[in-house]
Amino acid sequence: MALDDLYREVIMDHYRSPRNYGSLDNPTHTISLTNPFCGDEIILELQVSDGVVSAAKFTGRGCSISQASASLMTEAIIGKPVDDAVAMMRGFRRMMRGQLENEEEMGDLVALAGVGKFPVRVKCAVFPWEALRQALTPEQLPDDD
Amino acid sequence: MDTAAIRSDFPILHQTVNGKPLAYLDSAATAQKPRQVLDALNQYYLHDNANVHRAVHALGERATLAYEGARAKTARFIGAPHARQIVFTRNTTEAVNLVAYSWTDRLTPDDEILITPMEHHSNMVPWQQTALRQGCRLRYMPLRPDGNIDMQKLPEYLSPRTKLVALTHVSNVLGVTNPVAEITALAHQVGARVLIDGAQGVPHFKVDVTAIDCDFYVFSGHKMCAPTGIGVLYGKLEALEELTPFLYGGEMIATVSLEASTWKELPWRLEAGTPNISGAIGLGAAVDYLESIGMDAIKAHGDALTAYALEVLSAMPGVTIYGPLTGRTGLVTFNLADIHPHDVSTVLDQEGVAIRAGHHCCQPLMRWLDVPATVRASFYLYNTAAEVDMLAQALERTREFFGAR
Ligand SMILES: Cc1ncc(COP(=O)(O)O)c(C=O)c1O
Repeated sequence: MALDDLYREVIMDHYRSPRNYGSLDNPTHTISLTNPFCGDEIILELQVSDGVVSAAKFTGRGCSISQASASLMTEAIIGKPVDDAVAMMRGFRRMMRGQLENEEEMGDLVALAGVGKFPVRVKCAVFPWEALRQALTPEQLPDDD
Repeated sequence: MDTAAIRSDFPILHQTVNGKPLAYLDSAATAQKPRQVLDALNQYYLHDNANVHRAVHALGERATLAYEGARAKTARFIGAPHARQIVFTRNTTEAVNLVAYSWTDRLTPDDEILITPMEHHSNMVPWQQTALRQGCRLRYMPLRPDGNIDMQKLPEYLSPRTKLVALTHVSNVLGVTNPVAEITALAHQVGARVLIDGAQGVPHFKVDVTAIDCDFYVFSGHKMCAPTGIGVLYGKLEALEELTPFLYGGEMIATVSLEASTWKELPWRLEAGTPNISGAIGLGAAVDYLESIGMDAIKAHGDALTAYALEVLSAMPGVTIYGPLTGRTGLVTFNLADIHPHDVSTVLDQEGVAIRAGHHCCQPLMRWLDVPATVRASFYLYNTAAEVDMLAQALERTREFFGAR
């Protein structure tokens, strides 16, 4: 286990300059979440029209992993059909459990794969995806694959 | 104090973590256990295990003697006049809840409970719930900017409406040691009962509940080298007499008929069911262990390490220390530049340094400090100045890694 596995360059870049940080004018979904373990906060806003995530922004505060993960997540889902975003969400949770099936499909998110080797930090990486789950599939449990 | 000899009593300390020697700087969360305590548990389970207060056979008698002996040791350790004044609980949290459930029927909407914003959630949330249930008011003592209670303003918060004052002896975040005897005297002037949370006090210095004169004093065994699952509620006899049991069943009854029952005397009436016998015996062994080293020596060692850590950390660029720089007990809470405490903790763990990162069960205090979370290094009798240096080096590496200014 090396620190560089966890803090990949992509992650540090997204942490230092988060993409899609801010809020939307007319979000269709707003989820605000606090992580009880560490007090990290996220407000995720989505605009979903015609079954497509047309815009996504977030604000909040937290560690490098949760902030970078939120930034990477917004980049990954913008422009995607909701179904694809949901599939990606499940793929991401599997990746955190060490099952990286389709590297290509995961794109830049693969940078976070190393977090899986630091079990106590997995919840940091999953945190923004949990906000997404509550927005898109609130009726399903997190581990419904 | 011979730290090398003490360290040899703690087998767990002699290991490497991520290839580096372990520096365990998280004793405020839970302390490590010396061989002497582990041996006492083994002795009990290998030779004396039986239920207490029930059996007439030899093992039952030995178990009862050991369990009640631990109660007597614990009483003496904190200056309680009688062993009867020690009620065993699971931990500090349960001891606070025992009072919050069993004493507060008497509170009315005109009454007030006074606590501080620096309380651990376990000495805050039970009082919030009590206030909701009884319709009474929960008030907070004012803090000075350095985190100490503002003793000048305190009298304004006390009146005959104040029925209970609950506060921590030592803050698990700010490290401040509160003037509990002085506050107890002020509270008694208005007729309030006083509960002190000693979770971070009893492990570190000689506590004398009689000198403090508080009505209740609570603490956890696991922070003072005893096993988890054993805690203490001390009370003045007249205060304990006011508690209505909230757990009913075996061990706590005197007589039971089909219609009604009567309760045993104190403290057993408040200990329903088979208690944590081995935990209590372990607590007794921990008391013996700490006393064999001497609480004054333990305090001097902890104060010296804390002062050294404050000196080293405050000289490091980018370090912000929370709480006062003097009068702290056993811990230093800080942040490193704008690096999130969890990131600091992960890098430190790679260097073998175990610290705590987060809100430390003190979310309102984090808001008061205006930070989401902090890093905390805490020290106990087995820690060394060399471990403080390891912490400093690991923080230096963290700063480099994150390229912080
Ligand atoms: C000041 C203080 N009070 C209460 C507690 C709660 O102790 P426990 O979890 O053993 O009930 C702690 C420790 O976590 C503490 O530091």
